[in-house]
Amino acid sequence: MSFVASMYNYWIVIVLMMAGLYILITRHNLVKKMIGLSIFQTSIFYLYISMGKVAGGTAPILIDEAVQYSNPLPHVLILTAIVVGVATTAVGLALIVRIHESYGSIEEDEIRVQEAEDAQ
Amino acid sequence: MTEQIVIVTLLTFLVISVVGIIVLRNLLAAVILLGLYSLVAAGAFVVMDAVDVAFTEAAVGAGISTILLLGALSYTTHVQKPQKHNNYAALLFVTVTGALLIYGSLDLPGYGSATSPVQAHPEVGRRFIDESILETGVPNIVTSVLASYRGYDTLGETAVVFTAGIAVLSLLGRRRRLTRDEHSNSTDEEDLV
Repeated sequence: MSFVASMYNYWIVIVLMMAGLYILITRHNLVKKMIGLSIFQTSIFYLYISMGKVAGGTAPILIDEAVQYSNPLPHVLILTAIVVGVATTAVGLALIVRIHESYGSIEEDEIRVQEAEDAQ
Repeated sequence: MTEQIVIVTLLTFLVISVVGIIVLRNLLAAVILLGLYSLVAAGAFVVMDAVDVAFTEAAVGAGISTILLLGALSYTTHVQKPQKHNNYAALLFVTVTGALLIYGSLDLPGYGSATSPVQAHPEVGRRFIDESILETGVPNIVTSVLASYRGYDTLGETAVVFTAGIAVLSLLGRRRRLTRDEHSNSTDEEDLV
């Protein structure tokens, strides 16, 4: 039981990651793909933060009483990753808006059909 | 123990909202669920002592990225078309990959372990906690690492955000004017492109 409790975080991370990957592979809607990418990213954040946690520790802000702090380094790395992640989401969505203007659709298979017709 | 229960509950909420996102074909509902997902994740980050990450996730993940997605939906469409073919191959692929990852995770140090390499490494883990106050004078260790020890990294991050801003403006700004011109008079399209 305690083994399951200590591994639960990692397993949830893996489930979330695979759910994001599943959306990316199967959904043809481009906005849905961006949502899947966000879920995938957040699961990685979760993995890092879980690794930084120390049982009985507190947030890494120095106070007099604290005896144990959680590791601050994963927090710093993930702060950067969150901001970079939203920047890539913004670029992806801008591309989707442009694709919608050109093709009138954000469904990948419909776009592919139009491409094939244009090529003929 | 209470902390463990809170974390397990929040993580289970995350999985439920992701299942909702997979099933829903209404994109507006999926985007709002993604905002909820980010907010629950921010709550879980607070329980795991990452307060700085929690408020960044709440502001940027739940706030800005939801607004960006809603903005994109307002220019495109709200409904995802039904899938024409089955997805069993993809389901098999993610199940097998997930099973392999879970098998790999069995060797990881347990959650909250104080002796794991992440915590015990003298240069990257302990050093910031023990010496950052002497070297930078900032009580918040995350701030001192972000702005001082990894200052160039943060500068690089700023460059990435700036580049993304330029990319979005060049994709959308010019095109908007072009489509408006096309509607008013259809001439001169070659010049504008």
